[in-house]
Order: sequence, then structure tokens, then C-alpha cells
Amino acid sequence: MKRFGLVTGICLVGLVILGAAVSLVWTPFDPIRVVPGQRLQPPGWPHLLGTDGFGIDTFSRLLVGARMCLVVGIISVSLAAVVGVPLGMLAGQAGGWVSEAVMRLADVVYAFPALLLAILLAAGFGASTVTAMVAIGVATMPAFARVARAGTLQVMASEFVVAARSSGTSPWGVAGRHVLPNIAPLIGVQASVGFAMAILAEAALSYLGLGTPRPTPTWGTMLRDAQQFLFVDPLQALWPGLAIALAVLGFNLLGDGLRDYLDPRLREVS
Amino acid sequence: MSEIYRTVGLSRTYRNGSRSVAALVDASVTLQAGQRLGIVGESGSGKSTLIRLLAGLDRPTVGEVWFAGTQIDQLPERKLGFLRASVQMVFQDPRSSLNPRMKVGDIITEPLRSRLVRRQLDGRIDHRSRLAEVMADVDLPLDYADRYPHEFSGGQRQRIAIARALAPKPDVLIADEPVSALDVSVRAHVMNLLNDLVASHGLTLVVVGHDLMVVRHLCDSLLVMQSGRIVESGSADQVFHQPQTAYTRSLLAAIPRIRTGPDAPEPQSSE
Repeated sequence: MKRFGLVTGICLVGLVILGAAVSLVWTPFDPIRVVPGQRLQPPGWPHLLGTDGFGIDTFSRLLVGARMCLVVGIISVSLAAVVGVPLGMLAGQAGGWVSEAVMRLADVVYAFPALLLAILLAAGFGASTVTAMVAIGVATMPAFARVARAGTLQVMASEFVVAARSSGTSPWGVAGRHVLPNIAPLIGVQASVGFAMAILAEAALSYLGLGTPRPTPTWGTMLRDAQQFLFVDPLQALWPGLAIALAVLGFNLLGDGLRDYLDPRLREVS
Repeated sequence: MSEIYRTVGLSRTYRNGSRSVAALVDASVTLQAGQRLGIVGESGSGKSTLIRLLAGLDRPTVGEVWFAGTQIDQLPERKLGFLRASVQMVFQDPRSSLNPRMKVGDIITEPLRSRLVRRQLDGRIDHRSRLAEVMADVDLPLDYADRYPHEFSGGQRQRIAIARALAPKPDVLIADEPVSALDVSVRAHVMNLLNDLVASHGLTLVVVGHDLMVVRHLCDSLLVMQSGRIVESGSADQVFHQPQTAYTRSLLAAIPRIRTGPDAPEPQSSE
């Protein structure tokens, strides 16, 4: 019962991954082809969750949408981590004015509204999955840089780093052998929480038409399509909304659970 | 005996905003090769600052540090290879001085992997055979090399730390409170081990401690420090038997003794 959150998180995340994997080989119906005769069917058989305003099977679209949500999450979180973590480690190891410069830069990026960045990118390069991923990635970089810097400062204060320095280990060696392996759990937790944010942000951007364009199904565009039928068929909005909420909850629970699980102070009590 | 370390008027001031703290004031120390120097004093007396300067981990505000005939306090890191190879440190707490995510074998051979040290040793040391040698030196079976530090007791971990310090065949060993984080039951063992290793490898030893008995056991000369200054120095016997300053006398008086004889208190019976 103690790890209820972690287990729930793993299950929800597993469900998203399973849905995405299944959609690669099989969906009940074609998730893209418009079938005018089948519009707005209620949930039942053969359309488990009904059909949308184009007559496309909602369940099939949800499955394919899971795929897009994972792709966006993985790429934007990787982008944020690959840029943010080294910068945070640099700030933590170098200290002084380097640290100040990096962290003030992070503050500037953090203060810049992510939505505005997405609109700018969409205006410049056209709305696409890539612009959405870049916008989300850039917006979450500061969080990774901060977590990496805080962890690095902690590791740098430990005696094994002093020992390494006193035997001539270079800053690169300290970073690779000592700092990175010891802050990896922190980064993992941040990645999990960042993943949840990325899913939410991608849904928001797609909903606003700044993300993945039609006809590729994503949970955000499904919400947008459902909007015009909100009073006719409110269930249309429920399914993608529920999927987004559960996926975000899953990744957040996973992140929190990992944090508790990896924290030795909390673990030694048990 | 040849001189291995000499410091001249060494001072280190730490600046914290507008306040500045003098951690070390005008310390002049000479150390002969083969000497075993103990540095005692309470917390904040400047002992740690002094050894950090000796090890080239910090730079003095004023003064000079000479090692083996070379002035090291202004040298850039890339020219400190000879120092990094010949001066090694053992720290107080082996729980924090061993990286929890590295295997014991990798920890011990880490000094051999640094480019500065490799250049100094001319690549003559084979990692695997050197690992076997130093693990034998500290009485640890070679198959422990594939385990992680958390699998060992405090005394074993400190022996791992000592093995790491011995790996690059140093001339000087600087030990910062080497046994004060250990269980009382294993202190004697680690101290004897240090003693034997220093003797058999012909090392120069610097031991920092607040426990006078530990320092007395390991060292032949003594340096007493108080609030950043060296207040007394001399041979261990001399300082122990004829302390010159009130501070040293108070340190000596603080050593707990087991009283025996007619005036010892009767053991209390619980009945």
C-alpha cells in the first residue's frame, strides 16, 4: 500500500504505452478515413466509444493519439534534458559568474511564456508536431537545468569529489564518473514529471491549432473536433479528456513515486 | 633526511560577502621526508585549511607552499601532475569519500586513470596488478573489487579509501581524521594498518585530528593549532610531556583517562 502511487503510475503509463503499441499493428477501424454514414454514433458495438463528427471510430483515434502523445513527450523531454542537464551541471561545477550567467538565462527562458513561443514558431515555420515539440522542449529546459544544478552542488560538496580532485581527476572525469551517475535519479524524476507537462502542453497546443495538424489524430485535436458537438454529443469530449487526464496523472504519480522510492532517507525508514 | 614540504607565512582568508574570516594566519611549516606530522586543534582551528593548501586543493591568500623543491601555490592545475601523483588523501568519513555508484575496483584505480597522474607515472603501472597489490596491502580479498561501497562496514570502507590513496605509489599521505568516523572497535585496527603501511612504504604522513591519542599513536612530531595559528610545534614526546602553552595543556587535560588505584571510584553495584 505504501507504493500505491508508484504502482498506479506505472499501470497508467503502461496503459498509454500499450495503446500506442497496439495502434502500430492494429486499430478496430481506420483512424483517418471519413465515413459520412457513421457520424456521431453512440458508444456500443462495433464502435466501442462511438464515432466523431466525421464518422471515424473514437477508440481507434484514441489509440493512435497515444502514439503521438508518447512521441511528443519523449522528444520534447529529451530535448529539454540534453540541453538543460549539461548546462545545469556546468553551472554547478564551475560556480561563480558562469553559474550566474546560466541560471539567469534559465530565468529568462522560464519567464518567457511557452504559449507565445509556440505561436511564434507556428507563425514562422507553420504549425506542426515539430514546432510544438521544440516549444515544449525549450520551455521545460530551465526546470532540468535547475534540478541538475542543485544535484551537482550537492555532489560537488561530497568528499569523494575532493578525493578525485586531489588525485588529479579532470572536471570532465568528475562530471562523468561522479556527478552524472549520482544525479541521474533526480533527472529521471524530473523527466517523468516533465513528460506529464509535455502531454498536457501538446494537447493544449493541438487544441489551439498550434500543434499537429489534421488528419493525424492526437488527443488535443480530438478535443477540438469534439467542441462543436459539445451540446449534441458531450461524450465526444469526455474520451480524449479522460485519456489526457489519466496519462498526465500516470506520469506525475510515476515521478512522485520514483522520487520517494529513490530517496535513501525515505527508504531506510522502511 | 630531505625536506619535502615547506610553507612560508601561509595565510588563507575566506570572504563571505563583506565579512572575511581568517582561517589560517602566518603558518610556516617544514616537513622532512619520512616524517610523521600530527596536526591537532579544535574545529575551526585551521587544520583542514592547512592540509587543503598542502594538497593543492586551495590557494593561499598570502604565502608560499613548496613541495619537493617546487613552489606549487601559483601553478595551474595542468602543471600539478607531480603533486597529484605523489600526495594522496584519506578522508574522515568513508561513507562520503567513496562514490556510492562506483565499484570498489574502479574507486581504487581512479587515481591511476587521471591523465595528469598517468603522465607522471609514465604509464608504467598496470591497473589490474596494482589493484591486486593495494588490496592485499589493506587486507581485502581481491573479489571485493566487483562490489559497491555500501556492502561494506565502516572499517572496510576506510581500508578501501586507504587502498585508493596508495594506488599511485605516493610519497606523502595526508589523512584527515582517519578514524574518528569509525566504530571504536575498529579504530585500533585501521590505525595499526596505517602505521604499518607508512612504515613499509616509507611514506611521509600528515595526520589531522582532534583526538590526541590517535595522533600520538601515529606521529612523531606535533603541531598544535588554535584559531588559525600554529601555537606550538615540536616532537610528539616534547609536546606531550612539556607543553609550552596553556592551550596545549588544556587539550592534554581533556584526554579521558581510566583511573586506577586506591582513589578510583568504587564500581557501582546495581543491586
